[in-house]
Amino acid sequence: MPLILTPNIDTPDDFYADLLATHDGLSKADSDALNARLILILANHIGDRDVLHQALVAAKGTPPAA
Amino acid sequence: MKKIFEIPLYPYARSTDQDAPEAIRHRVVIVGAGPIGLAAAIDLAQQGIEAIVLDDNDKVSFGSRAICFAKRTLEIADRLGCGQPMVDKGVVWNLGKVFFGDRKVYDFNLLPEDGHKRPAFINLQQYYFEEYLVNRAHALQAQGAPIEIRGRNKVTAVEQHDDHTTLHIDTPDGPYQIEADWLIACDGAGSPIRSMLGLDFVGRVFEDNFLIADVVMDADFPTERWFWFDPPFNQGQSALLHKQPDGVWRIDLQLGWDIDKEHEKKPENVIPRLKAMLGEDVKFDLEWVSIYTFQCRRMEKFRHNRVLFAGDSAHQVSPFGARGANSGLQDTDNLIWKLKLVIDGQAAETLLDSYDTERVHGAQENIMNSSRSTDFITPKSDTSRLFRDAVLDLSEHHAFARPLVNSGRLSLPCTYDGSPLNTADALDGPARTRPGSACPDVMLGGDSLLSALGNGFTLLTLNADAPDTLDEAGITVPRLALSSDDAALRDRYLGAADSAVYLIRPDQHVAARWPRFDEAETRAAIRRAIGKE
Ligand SMILES: Cc1cc2nc3c(=O)[nH]c(=O)nc-3n(C[C@H](O)[C@H](O)[C@H](O)COP(=O)(O)OP(=O)(O)OC[C@H]3O[C@@H](n4cnc5c(N)ncnc54)[C@H](O)[C@@H]3O)c2cc1C
Repeated sequence: MPLILTPNIDTPDDFYADLLATHDGLSKADSDALNARLILILANHIGDRDVLHQALVAAKGTPPAA
Repeated sequence: MKKIFEIPLYPYARSTDQDAPEAIRHRVVIVGAGPIGLAAAIDLAQQGIEAIVLDDNDKVSFGSRAICFAKRTLEIADRLGCGQPMVDKGVVWNLGKVFFGDRKVYDFNLLPEDGHKRPAFINLQQYYFEEYLVNRAHALQAQGAPIEIRGRNKVTAVEQHDDHTTLHIDTPDGPYQIEADWLIACDGAGSPIRSMLGLDFVGRVFEDNFLIADVVMDADFPTERWFWFDPPFNQGQSALLHKQPDGVWRIDLQLGWDIDKEHEKKPENVIPRLKAMLGEDVKFDLEWVSIYTFQCRRMEKFRHNRVLFAGDSAHQVSPFGARGANSGLQDTDNLIWKLKLVIDGQAAETLLDSYDTERVHGAQENIMNSSRSTDFITPKSDTSRLFRDAVLDLSEHHAFARPLVNSGRLSLPCTYDGSPLNTADALDGPARTRPGSACPDVMLGGDSLLSALGNGFTLLTLNADAPDTLDEAGITVPRLALSSDDAALRDRYLGAADSAVYLIRPDQHVAARWPRFDEAETRAAIRRAIGKE
């Protein structure tokens, strides 16, 4: 399964506001910890190692293979 | 009462070799009477090949180093004739608890798979493990088998020749020399033989120290493995509590990098640490305390012409995951049948190169696994700690995070995928018994499949015809015929197939498998498994 890199979230502004609100009032350390937990939860939901690998590569900023 | 590791089990005795005018030549000389050297000697002697073991000491391992012995090791010990006392004495456990900070995050039950003669692992002090091997060696010797353990025989120099090695040995009576057709260096992680030959041992040192203590106590802690990440009594570090026989408990306390080892090792400093962990009123005696820095490293090659390295001399791992002695036993299990065929003239010396290929592969796998555990237990960067703590935090309420918690992975036998001795898989069968795999056990009435395999090649047939024996290239391969009325047998050896034929090596690894017997293919697979194709 290819990693979805085209728009896929309904009402993106709402999601973005939710994401920031979740971090509201947290120290840098607590925010970092929350982000780490979030990554693990999302990764488990995806499950597929191949998709996860593509996501890691995309996050690193490596240009997609031609 | 004296502890077993305080009694000389193979005291120095003068050998007639020391009075010979010229160095006496032996078939196989093994340097080191640790678990690996002893296993190698027993394996050889059981098959009638002379094995002389030299050790600079005369006792078993001081204190308890290894405690966790895995099923595969017990199966190998069964083949060597000394698995039973180990299992009788060892502590079997399946339950564990994981703590993070001041709270317990979860319990686990390893629920062992049914249909195996031996448990997934036992806890047993290394000195007992070695004692049972020494007893077995002495029993073989008493029956006239060509095995001898020479205590207080320290190897001080070796000279390599094309077809033998000369050893210079120091004893309480002064020096002497012997020659060995084959030398197996089982002289531990600090291997003097490796240094004498100027060979490298490269890898990674983990910048951390661990206090390892064995305490004797009458406490009613349950028979469980307890692992703490960042506990209040050892902040920022880890701790482990694990039960051994005789009321001895193993405690590991991570101490960090910048410490004064001599200071930390003093009982007046160790005891308060242990009290903080166990509780003020728990009464205990210190049996043994040591401080270790762990490393993962290996030799580039384990075979150097007629000198073969096995065990810690060839590879060293951090103890998380218990892969030191467990993997060393797999080394000799792999090596000895090959060496026997070479000595008996049934295989070319190049068969021994497959020892190198297969066991370097095993060492790499073990180093990878124990490095991963070490990285989880002692995170090396802020980000690595962030994710580690996130995993532990989530593990309290979410089952998905628990498989990510890594306080050491159970040592499993290596599968020799891609080995030159394998024949391409021709069966649509279970992945766990593909060529290269160690045969999983199955209970057959009163006994087990692995006990029925013996020390040589076997042709295992399931719902398939084949001749009772097959002779190829000087090797006699008996057939073991089974039918698949047992669910575990079907599950482990047939899968979706109706019938199967397995060629099994003397070390109980699968060399080839087919849906039915084909004489030409089986003969070719036997030749391939002994390096003749
Ligand atoms: C704290 C700790 C915990 C561990 N836990 C586990 C575990 O749970 N499970 C596990 O599988 N492994 C574990 N290990 C690893 C295990 O102890 C080793 O892998 C194992 O002892 C290796 O056996 P060996 O025979 O290769 O070497 P060793 O046991 O080191 O034996 C080498 C022998 O060679 C002899 N020798 C050395 N030089 C000479 C010489 N010049 N001449 C003659 N003789 C010589 C020595 O006297 C010694 O007897 C642990 C290790 C430690 C330190």
